[in-house]
Amino acid sequence: MNAFFFWLFSGGMIIFALAVILNRNAVASALCFTFSIAFMAGLFVMLSAFFLAAVQILVTAGAVMVLFLFIIMLLDLTAMEHIPRQKIWMGCTLVLALGFLCLVAKTLAFTPPALNAPLVEQSPPPQVISIKPQVNAEGVTQNVDLSQSQIDRGDDTHRIGRLLFATRLRSGQTSYVAPFEITSLLILVATIGVIVLCKQEERPRPRSHEVIDREAPPLTPKKEPALKN
Amino acid sequence: MEITLNHYLAVAAILFAIGLMGVIMRRNLIIIYMSLEIMLQAANLTFVAFSRFNGHLDGQVFVFFVITVAAAEVAVGLALIVALYRLKRTTQIQDLTSLKF
Repeated sequence: MNAFFFWLFSGGMIIFALAVILNRNAVASALCFTFSIAFMAGLFVMLSAFFLAAVQILVTAGAVMVLFLFIIMLLDLTAMEHIPRQKIWMGCTLVLALGFLCLVAKTLAFTPPALNAPLVEQSPPPQVISIKPQVNAEGVTQNVDLSQSQIDRGDDTHRIGRLLFATRLRSGQTSYVAPFEITSLLILVATIGVIVLCKQEERPRPRSHEVIDREAPPLTPKKEPALKN
Repeated sequence: MEITLNHYLAVAAILFAIGLMGVIMRRNLIIIYMSLEIMLQAANLTFVAFSRFNGHLDGQVFVFFVITVAAAEVAVGLALIVALYRLKRTTQIQDLTSLKF
């Protein structure tokens, strides 16, 4: 059963990824990408990474793809889809990709057998009840004092949260608090950068831009090769 | 047939190869950007598979960070493409040869 779902999800993911790069229509490519991501979220569920599956759907298939679709529709790319493909170039690309896959296949032979064993269900399957606020006699919610064993048994969202925000570390545990905070700074910088990049200039454009504009090809620059074929 | 770590790694490698092909083959800047995203997701799949088969959750935390950074990167990259389109009126890479000499 597990194997069936693995082949279903991975097959769907790969087929839709191929559709992304083979489709001539950019909007269709974006939709195929969304489906590919959805199938990958299924693979994440099979690897019992439920939190990441949800994040993958919400962020990548939701937010990022909406952004892509907005830009595709904003730029009106339909005029540029009739450029003939170069068969030789495609062949070179295919050879390169196959070479990469051969390299990976060679490397996969060296996976340690202990790691490569099929997954056995780890002794009790994740118990949601293990981390739950307890309500005492007066109806006040108490924070449970979590012992480490309880943390290890919680579902993966709890455990990732513990890892991300843990300030009291066990030996050998990595703290991810600082990277998490730095990520917020990165997002702030990205937001400001995007606003600066996309801001329309109020004053008339400088002369250099006009020169570039005149030299730039018109909106449909490559119509002729399509007519030739 | 039992599913092992190698199955997941092979699938991730195929996905990465598809993304690589897309980056090299396609001429549209936006499709190239999507292919880059595919490659990123292939790396994510590898991370999650290793994290599951090793019994550590650090890999999943890493994927969380990767998804965050990828979202920020997509926003900036698409803003760059829009700025480029305003200047050049195209997103085809064969028309963007200002740095060639």
